[in-house]
Amino acid sequence: MTIQPSPMLTALAWTVGILVCAQASAATHLPASTIARADLIQPAELAARLQAPSGPAPLVLQVGFKLLFAQSHITGSEYAGPAGQGDGLAALAQRVAPLPRDAEIVLYCGCCPWAHCPNIAAAYRRLHELGFRHLKVLYIAHDFGTDWVEKGYPASTGE
Amino acid sequence: MRRALSAFALLAVMSVVAGAQAAAAAAAPVDVAATAPQAGNVAPDFARTDLDGKSRALSAYRGKVILLNFWATWCAPCLAEIPRFSAWQQRYGPSGLQILGIAMDDELGAVRQLAQRDHLAYPVIMGDAQLGQLYGGVLGLPLSYLIDAQGRIVARYRGEPDLKQIEHRLRALLPRQAAP
Repeated sequence: MTIQPSPMLTALAWTVGILVCAQASAATHLPASTIARADLIQPAELAARLQAPSGPAPLVLQVGFKLLFAQSHITGSEYAGPAGQGDGLAALAQRVAPLPRDAEIVLYCGCCPWAHCPNIAAAYRRLHELGFRHLKVLYIAHDFGTDWVEKGYPASTGE
Repeated sequence: MRRALSAFALLAVMSVVAGAQAAAAAAAPVDVAATAPQAGNVAPDFARTDLDGKSRALSAYRGKVILLNFWATWCAPCLAEIPRFSAWQQRYGPSGLQILGIAMDDELGAVRQLAQRDHLAYPVIMGDAQLGQLYGGVLGLPLSYLIDAQGRIVARYRGEPDLKQIEHRLRALLPRQAAP
């Protein structure tokens, strides 16, 4: 005889598990709300800047996941790695290491709704710690598809 | 004569409209999301191997209601949905529901670890760029498609959806009556 757990009990167990995990990871997850508002740039503003450059183009870095980048990314941007993970953060630091500290850099992710993004605030903080002074973070409220691609802003596919 | 002139005028108007539409289409930016399958269309078929090594083809589930859920281990809202989906699979599976999870992680290890730890009640396959493009580009998570027993897309849910509303909708589609 086998005992099948009821769907209600399963859901309860799941919920408890997730709450425990969420509390455990809360110490390491840096919320996007920690990014200074003055350092945010809106998609329309960045798109206009990229489409009609009036000076040197900023370095635009995607700090999310490779599979998302391969499907679509801001034209001209580079893949830096998921900054919410240790190796991604290290790859980001390595990419910017040779740059002067007054280099203009724009960071973006767009993997998830803004408040849940595991990468963007970690990337921003790391570059601040490294002394970069001209940092901007692309504010993606919903996700990259909704707030960039579907608006018709310049996007490319491939790695 | 008047009839011939009217027909000519109609043809001229139609060709101008068709030309304008073609020009608009040619000028449109490349937009992967615009190619996302819409409600009423047959869901694009695919076949992949799941985490247990079993072959899974979407078309093999014809006759069942499918919830196709794109998720990832790094996506907090996705992880919040999964317990509900597992519970639905257990509750509505006998009535004809099949949930399929498509993990959009870059690494298999984290997905396998989570699936083993949490005993997901439905199959999980690893997503890839080709599969993402098939569904118009998975450019943000969570993302789910509700597909009816005939294989047609009923709804597309992006971001954090109202799970009660999805449950209500899928219950109404089930081929067999679910227990109250």
